[in-house]
Amino acid sequence: MSGTTAFWYASRATGIVALLLLTAVLVLGILVNRQGRLPGLPRFAVTSLHRNISLLAVALIAVHVLTAVLDTYVSIPLVSGVIPFASGYERLWLGLGAIAFDLMLAMIITSLVRGRLNRTLWRAVHLLAYVSWPVAFAHSIGSSRDLQHGWMLDLALGCALLVAAAATWRLASAARQLPRAARVAALLAHHTAAPGTSAPRERISH
Amino acid sequence: MSEDAVSRTDVPADGLPRLLPLVSGVPEDLRAHLARYGRPPYRGGPGLLIHGVEAAGLTGRGGAAFPVHRKLAVVAAARGRKVIVANGAESEPASRKDDLLLRAAPNLVLDGLQLAAEAVGASEAHLCLHPGYHPELLRALAERSAAGLDWLDVTLAEVPPRFLAGQESALVNRLGGGPALPAFVPPRVSERGLHGAPTLVQNVETLAHVALIARYGPQWFRMLGTDTEPGTMLTTVHQAPSGGSGGVKGSSAPIRQTERQVIEVAIGTPLSGLLASQADAQAVLIGGFHGTWLPMSQAATLTLENQALKRHGAALGAGVIAALPADRCGLAEAARVTRYLAAESAGQCGPCLNGLPAIAGAMAELASPRPRRRTRENVERWAGLVTGRGACNHPDGTVRFVRSALTVFAQELSRHERGRCSATSRRPFLPLPDGIPTTEDDWI
Amino acid sequence: MADILRVNPISCSGHGVCAELLPELISLDEWGYPIVDPHPVPPALDLEARRTVAACPTLALKLMRNDAPAPVR
Repeated sequence: MSGTTAFWYASRATGIVALLLLTAVLVLGILVNRQGRLPGLPRFAVTSLHRNISLLAVALIAVHVLTAVLDTYVSIPLVSGVIPFASGYERLWLGLGAIAFDLMLAMIITSLVRGRLNRTLWRAVHLLAYVSWPVAFAHSIGSSRDLQHGWMLDLALGCALLVAAAATWRLASAARQLPRAARVAALLAHHTAAPGTSAPRERISH
Repeated sequence: MSEDAVSRTDVPADGLPRLLPLVSGVPEDLRAHLARYGRPPYRGGPGLLIHGVEAAGLTGRGGAAFPVHRKLAVVAAARGRKVIVANGAESEPASRKDDLLLRAAPNLVLDGLQLAAEAVGASEAHLCLHPGYHPELLRALAERSAAGLDWLDVTLAEVPPRFLAGQESALVNRLGGGPALPAFVPPRVSERGLHGAPTLVQNVETLAHVALIARYGPQWFRMLGTDTEPGTMLTTVHQAPSGGSGGVKGSSAPIRQTERQVIEVAIGTPLSGLLASQADAQAVLIGGFHGTWLPMSQAATLTLENQALKRHGAALGAGVIAALPADRCGLAEAARVTRYLAAESAGQCGPCLNGLPAIAGAMAELASPRPRRRTRENVERWAGLVTGRGACNHPDGTVRFVRSALTVFAQELSRHERGRCSATSRRPFLPLPDGIPTTEDDWI
Repeated sequence: MADILRVNPISCSGHGVCAELLPELISLDEWGYPIVDPHPVPPALDLEARRTVAACPTLALKLMRNDAPAPVR
């Protein structure tokens, strides 16, 4: 019986750590897009951390699924890790987990073959991060009794708050950004009024 | 029909005009066109005209002067569906030649379009124009359709009046439904263009020359022009009205007392022959807004061919020749144009987006009294930073224009630094459109 | 034939990661955009160059064969 409990503990532990890592990945992704920096670290650290932590998170989720499957206390088929609603146990919540995981796999695979993909397609798939995270969060809260009270709940809610704040800031930043066609006119106006002074940085983000 | 020259009794003795109507100011309708030239001499298959174009030595008349046969050959050799685009959307504000050609001799352009389409095996043809009503063109297309002259249907497409809209990849982007923005190369549009198909983009004047080469052959084409740069070209000459009059050697029309005139000349014609009022001009802008300023004294010694102009850093470009009157401020003119060029940046590439407005601001300061010393150095620094770092040649052309202006008008700059200006007239000389693009719609 | 580094200036948004990773061949202009050495990449830097190309957040930096066509000018 103790072997069973070990798998179950491992699944719960990898689950919560994965949620923390996914929170970090999303925030880092926003930092990359907005050309933000982490204090004290070089620019390439932001992109490197974003990519590497996303791979680590996916690996951890694979362990999370595997240990849940291996645990014999409840019966969870292996495929339910990627096929939504294939599990008899906690069909809905595990189903959401599979959806979130599928989206992550899509983002990672498209990023690995990015050079061969149309830019718009890559971007569209990558934006699914904003769907994947909330779905993963719902899966976490719904399927795990741990997260429903105590310090673990606080931790999960803290992650949710961080993601909400980051996403809001991202939207506001995009709203403030001038569309391409207006950038030149704005810079021209600046340099006509104040020639030789440095203009506000007109970031070309895609 | 053979490639050899065919003598025609109604071609004027000195060979001009070739493209423009025989009687200046009277457009040729289809009947007059057929009487003068006959029906377009289709070869009966792709590839057959290309040799003639190569032997004739025709180079593109859109500004880049690229050998036409090479572009034709690349597209002709490609497999699959192919597209031909005639560029009649004259993006150079100082040039009026394409506009005039489409009004005065649309059938010659349309002949060239059909013949080039046959030569490359195109199955789709577009003619790009600026927005507006084009009655002569619509009538020509209708008449040709009734007479069964065209083997390919021509789709007319309106492109926005942006300086960059005439760039090959920008045109193709617009035809594809997007904004008229240049794309990164590779791949060239002749390899992968409209909807992925190899696309031949040619200026309308170039196509008109193709139509004549197809009829009269390469030897005839080479009867005018120089050995290395054969043929004739359309120029747009800007100069202040003068007291002079009379015919101009080597051109197709007498210089009238107007400020702007399209003149067809044999390549290699002395520039002095085109400029009636040399005494009144201080400098000449050659090529267009991506061209080069030269002092009048120097320009008056030159011939209109790239070989001669190259030695002075100039090129024929879009065929604009603008002689700035002595009573204007060259720096003010240059600043006006630089501002226009900056406003017309696609804003896609960081160096151009940031550098051109900075240069424009500096030029405006240099055109005013007592500019700061640092400003002249800033221009040079920014010029070096933007050259070669855009997806198209807009920053490079702008820098060429600016650098040549600062060289030619250096004395004027010294005066400005002392708070003086030699100009007695503030009247703008070079034509510029009103307003600047500010929204995405301006590029559609 | 050695490869050369080229930036697609339309894709580039001036993140500056490339200049950090390959300062021997890439520097930044006063607006934060990369100035890339146009000469063939020295063999000793080939691996670093490939890593830098992979690290670009917008995949604007490319390693191209030396005979690739230049932009239409």
